[in-house]
Amino acid sequence: MSEPTNHDAEAALDLAAVREELAAARGRHYWRSLEELARRPGFEAMLTRELPRQAAHLLDAVDRRQFLQLMGASLALAGVSACTRQPTELIMPYVKAPEEIVPGRPLFFATAMPLGGVGTGLLVESHMGRPTKVEGNPEHPSSRGATSAFAQASILGLYDPDRSQTVTSAGEIRTWDAFAAALEKALEPEQGKGGAGLRILTETISSPTLAAQLQALRTAYPQARWHQWDPVASDGARLGARMAFGEDADVQYQFAAADVVLALDADVLASGRDHVRHLRDFAGRRKPGPGMNRLYAVESTPTPTGARADHRLAVRGSDVEAIAWALAAALGAVPQAPEGAAAAHAAWVQAVAKDLGAHRGSGIVVAGDHQPPVVHALAHAMNAALGNAGKTVVYTDPVIAEPVATLASLRDLVADMDAGKVAVLLILGSNPVATAPVDLRFAERLEKVPFRAHLGLYEDETAEISHWHVPEAHYLESWSDVRAADGTVTIVQPLIAPLYDGRTAHEVIAVAAGKPQSPFDLVRAEWKPKAGADFERWWRTALHDGMIAGTALPPKTPALRTDWVGTALTEHAKIEEAKGLEVVFRLDAGVLDGRFANNGWLQEVPKPLTKLTWDNAALVSPATAKRLGVVSGDVVEIAVGDGAVDMPVWVLPGQPDESVTLNLGYGRRRAGRVGDGVGVDVTPIRTSAAAWIALGAGVRRTSTRYLLASTQEHDRMEGRHLIREATLAEYVHEPEFAQHVEHQPGDDMNLYPPYPYEGSAWGMTIDLATCVGCNACILACNAENNIPVVGKDQVSRGREMHWLRIDRYFEGEAESPTIHHQPVLCMQCEQAPCEVVCPVNATVHSSEGLNDMVYNRCVGTKYCSNNCPYKVRRFNFYKYQDWTTESLKLARNPDVTVRAYGVMEKCTYCVQRISQARIAARREDRPVRDGEVVTACAQACPADAIVFGDINDRESRVAKTKADARNYALLGELNTRPRTTYLASVRNPNPELEKA
Amino acid sequence: MSQPPSTQEHPGVIPRPPFIEPGHTFESVTDKIGAIVLEQGVRRGWLVGFTIAFSLLMVLLVALTNLIATGIGIWGINIPVGWGFDIINFVWWIGIGHAGTLISAILLLLRQQWRTSINRFAEAMTLFAVACAGLFPVAHLGRPWLAYWLFPYPNAMGMWPNFRSPLVWDVFAVSTYASVSLMFWFVGLIPDLATLRDRSPSRVGRCVYGLLAMGWRGSALHWHRYETAYLLLAGLSTPLVVSVHTIVSFDFAVSLIPGWHATIFPPYFVAGAIYAGFAMVLTLGIPLRWYYDLEDFITMRHLDNMARVMLATGLVVAYGYMMETFCAWYSASNYEEFMITNRFFGPYNKLYWSLIFCNVVAPQLLWFKRVRLNLGLLFLMSIIVSIGMWLERYIIIVVSLHRDFLPSSWGMYTGTVWDWATFIGTLGLFSSLLFLFIRFLPMISIFEMRTMVPEAKIDESAEAHH
Repeated sequence: MSEPTNHDAEAALDLAAVREELAAARGRHYWRSLEELARRPGFEAMLTRELPRQAAHLLDAVDRRQFLQLMGASLALAGVSACTRQPTELIMPYVKAPEEIVPGRPLFFATAMPLGGVGTGLLVESHMGRPTKVEGNPEHPSSRGATSAFAQASILGLYDPDRSQTVTSAGEIRTWDAFAAALEKALEPEQGKGGAGLRILTETISSPTLAAQLQALRTAYPQARWHQWDPVASDGARLGARMAFGEDADVQYQFAAADVVLALDADVLASGRDHVRHLRDFAGRRKPGPGMNRLYAVESTPTPTGARADHRLAVRGSDVEAIAWALAAALGAVPQAPEGAAAAHAAWVQAVAKDLGAHRGSGIVVAGDHQPPVVHALAHAMNAALGNAGKTVVYTDPVIAEPVATLASLRDLVADMDAGKVAVLLILGSNPVATAPVDLRFAERLEKVPFRAHLGLYEDETAEISHWHVPEAHYLESWSDVRAADGTVTIVQPLIAPLYDGRTAHEVIAVAAGKPQSPFDLVRAEWKPKAGADFERWWRTALHDGMIAGTALPPKTPALRTDWVGTALTEHAKIEEAKGLEVVFRLDAGVLDGRFANNGWLQEVPKPLTKLTWDNAALVSPATAKRLGVVSGDVVEIAVGDGAVDMPVWVLPGQPDESVTLNLGYGRRRAGRVGDGVGVDVTPIRTSAAAWIALGAGVRRTSTRYLLASTQEHDRMEGRHLIREATLAEYVHEPEFAQHVEHQPGDDMNLYPPYPYEGSAWGMTIDLATCVGCNACILACNAENNIPVVGKDQVSRGREMHWLRIDRYFEGEAESPTIHHQPVLCMQCEQAPCEVVCPVNATVHSSEGLNDMVYNRCVGTKYCSNNCPYKVRRFNFYKYQDWTTESLKLARNPDVTVRAYGVMEKCTYCVQRISQARIAARREDRPVRDGEVVTACAQACPADAIVFGDINDRESRVAKTKADARNYALLGELNTRPRTTYLASVRNPNPELEKA
Repeated sequence: MSQPPSTQEHPGVIPRPPFIEPGHTFESVTDKIGAIVLEQGVRRGWLVGFTIAFSLLMVLLVALTNLIATGIGIWGINIPVGWGFDIINFVWWIGIGHAGTLISAILLLLRQQWRTSINRFAEAMTLFAVACAGLFPVAHLGRPWLAYWLFPYPNAMGMWPNFRSPLVWDVFAVSTYASVSLMFWFVGLIPDLATLRDRSPSRVGRCVYGLLAMGWRGSALHWHRYETAYLLLAGLSTPLVVSVHTIVSFDFAVSLIPGWHATIFPPYFVAGAIYAGFAMVLTLGIPLRWYYDLEDFITMRHLDNMARVMLATGLVVAYGYMMETFCAWYSASNYEEFMITNRFFGPYNKLYWSLIFCNVVAPQLLWFKRVRLNLGLLFLMSIIVSIGMWLERYIIIVVSLHRDFLPSSWGMYTGTVWDWATFIGTLGLFSSLLFLFIRFLPMISIFEMRTMVPEAKIDESAEAHH
């Protein structure tokens, strides 16, 4: 063994230092550094010291070569591990356990999920430090305890193994410090120019902290520009308010106070800004009887809102404006309508106008996000004319920090990039390469920017052509703040340390401003001055409550201007009768603009109207399909302007004729292993001039077919009384209308003696009058019950695993059908057909009336599923669960078994929640209180349509809903005695239109 | 007194052909049947047939290995159609087995002498069909390694199977059926095994047949006990003919799915089973008698009788179809009516009408004696009926399940390549066993055939006069 020759060198060469040195080297440089290192004096000494056993081989001439190979590999691995910042890992139990952590008991933390610039208040369930389930924050105005489907699915997004995990530069792994240094260097020349070359592109942002940071940065660089691009934000609403009022204004719709609602191509109840609150308020007014509201929907494509409407009018997206004009004129909101506007629907328009007029101050006219500004302006004018403004339609300042029309903002940026004015571009949390309209040629122009950095959750299309990519921290890993739609601020607090090397926009801006700071400090610093004397107490309260009281924006009363009417009329006159087909672009109900493309839950959840999964399709009406000679699954070529895409067709009743709806967000190239290449990218035919409605499209049939995986192949009820519905008048005349439709066998019709349910007897009702089919319940069930994702192939074979599905039926003629939704989960039959036929007693009845599934006992005969009239049982035809991906293991609910191959599974009424409540109640020696057990679906439901509880408790909510005259059992005539029953749907049509 | 019936006593009655062609003696019968096993050795035709059968058996092996290794998802089943080829094939094979038991037991008790020349291989066919059938209930499980949980056995879990489930009844029905059939077959073989022992030219043959013959020496005491045992077993088997398929039909009848939930199922299934079973006996018997020159023993009269049984049971089955349709209408139940409409005009209507052709229309030709006596047509008919009975199970299982109560969960089913491989593989298992049986055991009962030759009759009548 050679003696150390140089003591200084030996001191310099300790393993940690070597690793650090190697950490900065990449690729071939890494290997060269390794060689140099091995030649350095002191290397052998270090080896002897650090790795004595291996060093012995070094002395043997024969082993030496092999040894160096081994060393190379082990040091290489050391280098790899140094790429990601390894947190200090102390493996030891808590010596002093944190007071609040009890193993097996979850904790809940309040936070908020930002989407489209506005936040939804959440309570997040955390098991031993890992978030597993999202619930709405009951105190928060935009949630009131419910959530959207996207919020539910965000848990899976957090643990997505495909999220970007490290800072990269030109595809090579780098460190955050290297990025910070590079950014500082890139900004050096800007300092002299006042930041003339600095551009920042974000999504729409309401975070006060980030807004302040951006403001400060622009103070330092006065010439710098902040652009925003967000396909989720509504430019139409923004510009429409400016048109009507001459100033920016946000609208808060008070559906709780609205008797009559007119939605102009607006899916206000199931998508877009604040829809959770909208639906909750709307559903509160949907109880049959006096005071039941009425909803009119004019729609360019069927949506959940239209499905629930009392009168639904399917018109082309470009015709909505004419109807708005006609209505506004009829209501006296504008002096006149264009000649012949909406002549075909004159009776409809008159009746609606009359109804709205009869409910002055208690009506709402709402325009859709995708409609042009003039429709929004007309809606404002109508609300003003009807006296709704200030009552049901409340105006505030915008919650967005700097309100802009995002498309115009992006266009400005693109022009600057093209002109070479942009030297440094920071893209924070947006993916414009995939989402920008095609004519902006964003990718091509982005390449002209000398320094371009991207912060994002994924190494997506934008990251691909950026110089630097920084992984973004998920909102469940971040400190931040966000405003709800009414302005209420929530401090976004992390539930878990960043899984990967995630950073927030706060940190990037802080670095750009030359003052790197942690987001925690930044957010606190922002709020400290506003908090009053005892900041720590204020801070804890704010975090605990999940909202800062008193931060809602005050109502304002912008004055309606009239100067726009004349111009708009002239503009409208210019719209000639559009030739050819119309193409309507919509955000997707699952993947939105593509940002959720790698989320398996959202890919697999059936879209509310089409029940399609894993694809977008060209939605056409039956008549148009007939004219084109196509059926669902035929591929057509859709051409708009210079672009064309090949898309499979899906024939959708209720779609207006000669109009094709295309959903955005598909055909992603770099979404991740789940979302790559799923569906068709429609951006090649989406231009900035016609971003939402494109006229004059050409559709040509091709000879190819394409497999679309739908979870519901049959749309009609076949004369069966599955969904029972009456008009309000019929209901008032006979409230029990739903109970005499089918013969319900009596209680004595049983071979076995009745089982006395002492103690609790769990039951559920689902109100079909308020359910809109928004999918929040399905996603909540996915997260709560560890439901696996099976993929398109398995869905197309009828093997999806959702315990809860929403059946959708069309009734009436295909052009204007009545659309129904019906959530179906295990009915927990008291006389369950599945139980008798199981040969091994794997599905048995509990003393509380639950139909329990014993996975361990199941041998997989599938007989129970065959004999289930509701077909709610799901079978593990393969090993569907991902048992290997580490991050997904963290996402699972530890209270629920992860099912193995070959066993049957189904809805359990969230038995784990029942057990928890029962244990808690027994410890306190009391019965389980009403409301103590809420199933995941009931908890998430924005419409509060699902009520769960103990039917033995006469005072419970569910006992009362079961006593409702509308209560009926689905397939009750089979004498299955389901514990889940339905409250029949009631609609409130306008008698005047009924007659017509 | 006990004169054989003669044409003189029944003027106008055309004499029926005998069950054994004239000219045979005790000696010739033993020689002829025994020679197939002992002297002919491996014939080229047998070798070709066995090779094909064995290759198909290997297909079964691959299919089952893949099933266990990959998962039951390789089959076409889904939700709502949780049973497909697996249960179709199970019921089909069980049905085929029925002819053997019927011929052995019921015809024995009814003293139908013509059963003698076909009972041995019909019983073998029963056993092999049950073996094929038995594969499916195990293979169709999500976790087949736990199949023993269906048996009531003392265990640490303190769990019994669910005695309310027809699948547990199936376990008893099928296992009883298999064991009684095996006993019946083996007991019937003992005297012949002794004959083979005595005549076998090789030492190995003498040893093996000797062991199996269980010391049979042909003494009067042996014969006495044999007759008693055989009659007892026949008595035991008789209810099984009815019970097995009745219980199999309960798998469906006990459920509430329209198309399954029908009280007519037990008799209709039993008749269908006998129908299918006789078709299979014909399918096997016609080539066998030709290849091994057994026309003397399996005469046209046998074939004619079997064709008549087929015709009769076919009519019962046709009545079943009729009543299903009638009851659907008479029930005034929307679901039942839809079920029949869906069979007639739904997506699987081609299969339904093929079934009606195979099981109802085509067999009407059997009314004609010329058809019954035409070997080619009769063989074709037996194949058609086998296909028809397979389709019947397809219609009952798949078409009932694919559209039940809630239209939202309606779906479609098609068998995958693995479904077919498993089915064809069981055909391989069946025919492999059958080829081995033909090669190593007498396919026609030697000693019973000896009672049919004229010598035996004369002796009998002579003794009676003593």
